[in-house]
Amino acid sequence: MTEVNRVLAGLGLAAAISTGILMPQMAVAADDTIKVGILHSLSGTMAISETTLKDTMLFLIDQQNKKGGLLGKKLEAVVVDPASDWPTFAEKARELISVDKVAAVFGCWTSSSRKSVLPVFEELNSLLFYPVQYEGEESSRNIIYTGAAPNQQAIPAVDYLMKTEGVKRFVLEGTDYVYPRTTNKILEAYLESKGIAKEDILINYTPFGFSDWQTEVSKIKTFGSAGKKTAVVSTINGDANVPFYKELGNQGLKATDIPVIAFSVGEEELAGLDTKPLVGHLAAWNYFESIDTPANKKFISAWHTFIKNDKRVTNDPMEAAYIGFNAWVKAVEAAGSTDTDKVIDSIVGVSVPNLSGGYATVMPNHHITKPVLIGEIQGNGQFDIVQQTASVVGDEWSDFLPDSAPLISDWRKPMACGNFNTKTGLCGGTTKAVAAK
Amino acid sequence: MPSFRLLPIALLLFGICFGFAAPAFAQASNIADLVNALGVGGFPEREAAIKALVDSHDPHVNEILQELNDGRLFVSSDGGRVYLQGGTADAPTYADPITGAVAADVDPDTMGKVKINNAVRTLLSSAMSQLTLRSPDRAARLAAARDLLKDADPANLALLDTALAAETDATVKSTMEAARAVIMLKTSASDADKKAAIDTIAARGNKDALTILTTALASAPADLKPAVQADIDAITRNLQVWDVAQNVWYGLSLGSVLLLAAIGLAITFGVMGVINMAHGEMVMLGAYTTYVVQETVRSVAPGLLDYSLAFAVPAAFLFTALVGVAIERGIIRWLYGRPLETLLATWGLSLILQQAIRTVFGPTNRQVINPTWMSGSFDFGGLAITQNRLWIVVFAIVVFVILQLVLNRTSLGLQMRAVTQNRRMASAMGIRTPFVDAMTFGLGSGIAGMAGVALSQIDNVSPNLGQNYIIDSFMVVVFGGVGNLWGTLVGALTLGVANKFLEPYAGAVLGKILILVFIILFIQRRPRGLFALKGRAVEQ
Repeated sequence: MTEVNRVLAGLGLAAAISTGILMPQMAVAADDTIKVGILHSLSGTMAISETTLKDTMLFLIDQQNKKGGLLGKKLEAVVVDPASDWPTFAEKARELISVDKVAAVFGCWTSSSRKSVLPVFEELNSLLFYPVQYEGEESSRNIIYTGAAPNQQAIPAVDYLMKTEGVKRFVLEGTDYVYPRTTNKILEAYLESKGIAKEDILINYTPFGFSDWQTEVSKIKTFGSAGKKTAVVSTINGDANVPFYKELGNQGLKATDIPVIAFSVGEEELAGLDTKPLVGHLAAWNYFESIDTPANKKFISAWHTFIKNDKRVTNDPMEAAYIGFNAWVKAVEAAGSTDTDKVIDSIVGVSVPNLSGGYATVMPNHHITKPVLIGEIQGNGQFDIVQQTASVVGDEWSDFLPDSAPLISDWRKPMACGNFNTKTGLCGGTTKAVAAK
Repeated sequence: MPSFRLLPIALLLFGICFGFAAPAFAQASNIADLVNALGVGGFPEREAAIKALVDSHDPHVNEILQELNDGRLFVSSDGGRVYLQGGTADAPTYADPITGAVAADVDPDTMGKVKINNAVRTLLSSAMSQLTLRSPDRAARLAAARDLLKDADPANLALLDTALAAETDATVKSTMEAARAVIMLKTSASDADKKAAIDTIAARGNKDALTILTTALASAPADLKPAVQADIDAITRNLQVWDVAQNVWYGLSLGSVLLLAAIGLAITFGVMGVINMAHGEMVMLGAYTTYVVQETVRSVAPGLLDYSLAFAVPAAFLFTALVGVAIERGIIRWLYGRPLETLLATWGLSLILQQAIRTVFGPTNRQVINPTWMSGSFDFGGLAITQNRLWIVVFAIVVFVILQLVLNRTSLGLQMRAVTQNRRMASAMGIRTPFVDAMTFGLGSGIAGMAGVALSQIDNVSPNLGQNYIIDSFMVVVFGGVGNLWGTLVGALTLGVANKFLEPYAGAVLGKILILVFIILFIQRRPRGLFALKGRAVEQ
């Protein structure tokens, strides 16, 4: 019996030891990683743009893990597909935060998708990094906007047109949704404040995925034949761009006659086009692949190695994702925790290098500082940078819209308000501030 | 003392020699400096350097300006020397732009492109046009004359006059005369000369003339103003007439795109009654076939790249027809008579096809090049007609005619029509209706594939290509009358033209809404569309 007992006891001990060892191991396995949510459409109409950002995030997480992870833990990406459907964005965001318990989410492209997930992030108190240029008029405690606000893209772009190209007449051509409409409203107010007459501004909208540009392009030509130098400011988005540029090329509208400056056309969009007839047309961004800095060269070559394709281009939202991710890493390191409240407190003022040789700082309004670059399209599908400004602070509430001019945002304590009205001295601002959906 | 008398002559000769030799000598040493100056400073400095280069009248200038325009001039980051880039993208070589001698000791990493912006580009084209105005090549002269017309710098007047005297080609000459007239308006010439100049410009009667006259109106002498205004009004009236014609052309061109997209559906939906939501994906597959054919041609026979579309048309037809037959045999034949299930199944299929393409080719657009014979535009009276649209109209007509022939002159066509009009009777007459069904669906899909070849020329080649056309296609087929190809033709062209007439007034968004409302009302009135098909089967 003693023999049996001893064996049993041994077994018990072994069991105790093994569970004792295993249990913490399991706990460690769960505790050993920090989960990061990636919320980009991998199917549907937006997949064309967002799939690249998903790959970029995986690339950045992979690089961070090679450097030893974060707070001694490995990062683990949780990828979900909201399928270009705005309600699905909210649903998937909720899933990432409540079920997967991610520390932060990187995602969204269209303003519609951001507006759809915003209440979820505020309700569940999590953190979203939004990497795309947008129309402004928003500042949430739970979102860090690493893309350009209108004053970091649209306004410097028309300044360039007026100053360097001597443009006196503007066509504001856009796709019919919230970003172009708000941006054009701001631009119209700005141009009028600069002395451009109302009859010298033509605003025109086309539906999503518009493909028959014959009439529109000939309308632009007619508007441009009034004897004043004319330019087109394009907020045309997504699929509609390729047929637009093809029509421009075929109708022989040269950049030296009527230049087109675009806010949504980057290296990715030009990859599907023969750019030889388009040389000299412009784009305004905060990053171009052709930036000649050691940091950018290193980024591009690392990206090519990761994606195993040296033809893949880089673009502005990728740089914004890069800045956002690094800012989050730095803020987490400073806070010593991935807790949302602690990270939100520590992220304001965090400075990380950007790819154009400077630094991007997260401001109290949860927007970042960015230089503004104007590029001209070249025959090889790249941009030549023809102007670069110093860093500009993102202005969330436009100074050129009467309702939002008195509003400011400062998420530092004790103010901690996204729409403080400097006239009334109240947080809550105005309910009328551009009903951006 | 003869020698003394000769002295002044000798001095004179010496002076002449020296006088000629000195600038020549200075020129030879300067040209390298002038070229190197292109790489220094910002855009304003570059413009000054170009002007200095042009003033040197060196024989190399035109070549160097062309290289600068093409972005092949590079500047070293240290010494400010400008080189000409050659070789391949991976292994560039750098040569002296004047002598062409390759410099061996240049590190590509330290070289930066000599950039130009639109202002410099304009200056370059005007500078080059001054130099090519008397080129033996007619196209070069015409381009130069057009540039001068656009730029119209009074400094070029003398140059233009010499060129005009030597010019023999009528088109080039009239362009030069117009350029001369524009320049005259800018100079302080007499009112009579200016009047003549205004007449010359007004005689051109196009949009460019309108632009020039509108600009000239402000600075014209007071007594000429009424004449200018009258010319402007006359041109505006004339252009309004042409505008109508232009809208008709735009409408026909949009209509032919709609026709191409819808005609395959007119067969599968119209003839067979299958609600095929994956029709757009057949168009998309056709566009991707075009891309694959193009890449194959590029690697196998690069010389034929301009004609890859000719191979793409049959390839796209065969491939999508095969896919269509497979879909019919695999899915649709199990669902005949159950429209709702067919709709859901083909909708699911369209998503599967889209995602499959996204997985294979990636989510970004693929580049299908426009062949040179399909690029650019030409003027026909006051109409600006783009080559690619013209070819698509021609292609749509050819496809329509061939399809009519197939349906009306072949036994397969006869069987198809028989099955459509009365399936059971056709079956009783010994027609293998399942085979005819598969062939019909294959034909419809194949034609959608050919539409994809045409659409690859004007639209994105992306997985979403088909989605943009599916609603329009159904609209055309329902409007034209189910089961009738002539109905589809008339429906497509009507919708195209109506859309293009609404667009300038209502805008693209509202125009589209108005068209939709119109179709809904029309269908209320005539549920069978424009051309209703008569037959017993229809009553079922």
